[in-house]
Amino acid sequence: MQRFALIALPYFWLLALFLVPFLIVLKISLSDVALAIPPYTPTLDLSGGWGAFKEFLSGLDFENFEFLTTDDLYWKAYLSSVQIATIATILTLIAAYPIAYGMANAPDHWRPTLMMLVILPFWTSFLIRVYSWVGILSNEGYLNQFLLGIGIISEPLTILNTNTAVYIGIVYTYLPFMILPIYSALERLDGSLLEAAEDLGCSRASAFWLVTIPLSKNGIIAGCFLVFIPTIGEFVIPSLLGGSQTLMIGKVLWEEFFNNRDWPVASAVAVILLLILIIPIVLFQRNEQKQREAEG
Amino acid sequence: MSQTVFAPWNDPQAKPLIQFKNVTKRFGDFVAIDNQSFDIYAREFFALLGPSGCGKTTMMRMLAGFETPTEGTILLAGQDIAPIPPNKRAVNMMFQSYALFPHLSVWENIAFGLKRDKVAKDKIAERVEQMLKLTRLEKFAKRKPHQISGGQRQRVALARSLAKAPKLLLLDEPLGALDAKLRQETQFELMDIQETTGTTFVIVTHDQEEAMTVASRVAVMDHGRIIQADTPANIYEMPNSVYVADFIGEVTIIEGRVTKSGNGYDVAFAEGAPPLHAESDKVFQNGQSCHLAIRPEKVTVSAEPPQDAANAVQGRILDIAYLGNLSTYHVELPSGQIIKAQTANTRRLSRRSFTWEDTVWLSWTATAGVLLEG
Ligand SMILES: Nc1ncnc2c1ncn2[C@@H]1O[C@H](COP(=O)(O)OP(=O)(O)OP(=O)(O)O)[C@@H](O)[C@H]1O
Ligand SMILES: [Mg+2]
Repeated sequence: MQRFALIALPYFWLLALFLVPFLIVLKISLSDVALAIPPYTPTLDLSGGWGAFKEFLSGLDFENFEFLTTDDLYWKAYLSSVQIATIATILTLIAAYPIAYGMANAPDHWRPTLMMLVILPFWTSFLIRVYSWVGILSNEGYLNQFLLGIGIISEPLTILNTNTAVYIGIVYTYLPFMILPIYSALERLDGSLLEAAEDLGCSRASAFWLVTIPLSKNGIIAGCFLVFIPTIGEFVIPSLLGGSQTLMIGKVLWEEFFNNRDWPVASAVAVILLLILIIPIVLFQRNEQKQREAEG
Repeated sequence: MSQTVFAPWNDPQAKPLIQFKNVTKRFGDFVAIDNQSFDIYAREFFALLGPSGCGKTTMMRMLAGFETPTEGTILLAGQDIAPIPPNKRAVNMMFQSYALFPHLSVWENIAFGLKRDKVAKDKIAERVEQMLKLTRLEKFAKRKPHQISGGQRQRVALARSLAKAPKLLLLDEPLGALDAKLRQETQFELMDIQETTGTTFVIVTHDQEEAMTVASRVAVMDHGRIIQADTPANIYEMPNSVYVADFIGEVTIIEGRVTKSGNGYDVAFAEGAPPLHAESDKVFQNGQSCHLAIRPEKVTVSAEPPQDAANAVQGRILDIAYLGNLSTYHVELPSGQIIKAQTANTRRLSRRSFTWEDTVWLSWTATAGVLLEG
């Protein structure tokens, strides 16, 4: 009984916070747009009994999903989101690994401080932090002023409102999600393994490739998923830092909801996005599972 | 015996393979190795023996290149090894913690060093098979280290360090996790390898018997110092200090004062008791305090007073430790001194001649005891 209660709680949360909202979104995606509040039809009226429910069901169809295939904006947006997320994940990994490595090799008494510095940005609003990049990257921004000042460039670089700015924003925002799992893998790495590798004839560099990298693989994979999954649906960063040519599904979703007020199509976009995300999420879970088995 | 005895340490012409010259290693204020100078010769099987924390692993790590001496130099074949990184030394080490690569299979762990040397693929396979066979791990070649037992892991570590057939092999407690039988077999295996390959071994062990069995010389350490480094027989028969005598094997230590007498000394150890006699080359002043160390197997137990023994004392049996093939009697003299005596159990236990509380005579020869300063 106690066991049941223990399991029931997380399942209840899963049900309440994930499955129910998903079903609502799914239902909206099968509805038709209407000039009403809420802006779709049919709406479920449970007081009407069985007949009303049947009528409600017959009002649902896959029109919106069909619509998504007719306009190439949508699949291009999905594709471009995946592409941006992939590149951004790789860039984040490149930026995060040396940081995590440095942290793991720092003297013991430094580590809590370094850890706090990594987490520190979370203490201010995400929106403000992304917005402040506008001030840094714009044509008159600090970066251009600085580069002009030291004479590396003679004309300001256009970074803001390009994909470059989006990448900068994503790397900046998601860096801690990459650093922390890699750090935790590297921190557990037994130093004598590197000594053993050297003893057997490895140089420092090859010991790094043959021992450190493989043994932090799970951290790398976890970090990549933690960055990749939320980045695909990212909306704030592309809309604040990206330009008109930055095509991301999060932005499309937002426009459907708030500019077009087409909730059914927006919901269909969201449902497809979720289906796309299920693949990496499942892979991520499998990786975690495998890691637990290897340790346990 | 026509065979010449292997004892390069007695040969002033012999060139040592390893020379420690006034080597001190400090960790902060802590002195782990205290100004040590000694030599290890090629083809030796040099065993380091000592209590936990006395600096055995530190010694090994300096040889392997993971620690540099705070002071002094270590020479390998006449060359200062301080500037040579671990991967460039013809030295392999078996780690006390094994340090097996968890992401690689047993096979790949053993092949690791060979692959780094760019050995041909079939040569690697051949060598790894050989090592697997030697350590009886053929069945586990495909497993990962976390899928095998502690003893099997230890054997993988051993196989991995042997695989490259290095000039100098450092084994940090290589056999501790093995059962007695397998341990003995592996010991002989190691000695075999040593004889066929001519590898020089430095081995750390907590097991005296193991050190005695395999080593050409045993170094007994304490607090970062080698107290005595000598052949197993000399360490056992002629310890240079109470510490060594006490550390190796069983021993009775009797405190007393010496008086010159004949070929040796008389040791007065208790009021009213007749002095004990021991021969010794060492020079003592009359009245100097000393320790007399007597190995229990050199003491004879008898019911009747023994005839013309150099030393004979009477006492009461306090305790009997049954060891299977041997029994150790703890006999208390009237002065309160306890002496250990060991006899072979040639008869069945039920027919043992002595039992608790019996009064017996203990006797030993003048050369049985070792006189030590103290
Ligand atoms: N990196 C280090 N920093 C500080 N002290 C150390 C370090 N390495 C070893 N020591 C200390 O040096 C001493 C000798 O250590 P060492 O590992 O050589 O002992 P050992 O003889 O191998 O012991 P054991 O038989 O338990 O393995 C110990 O007291 C240990 O605490
Ligand atoms: Mg040790």
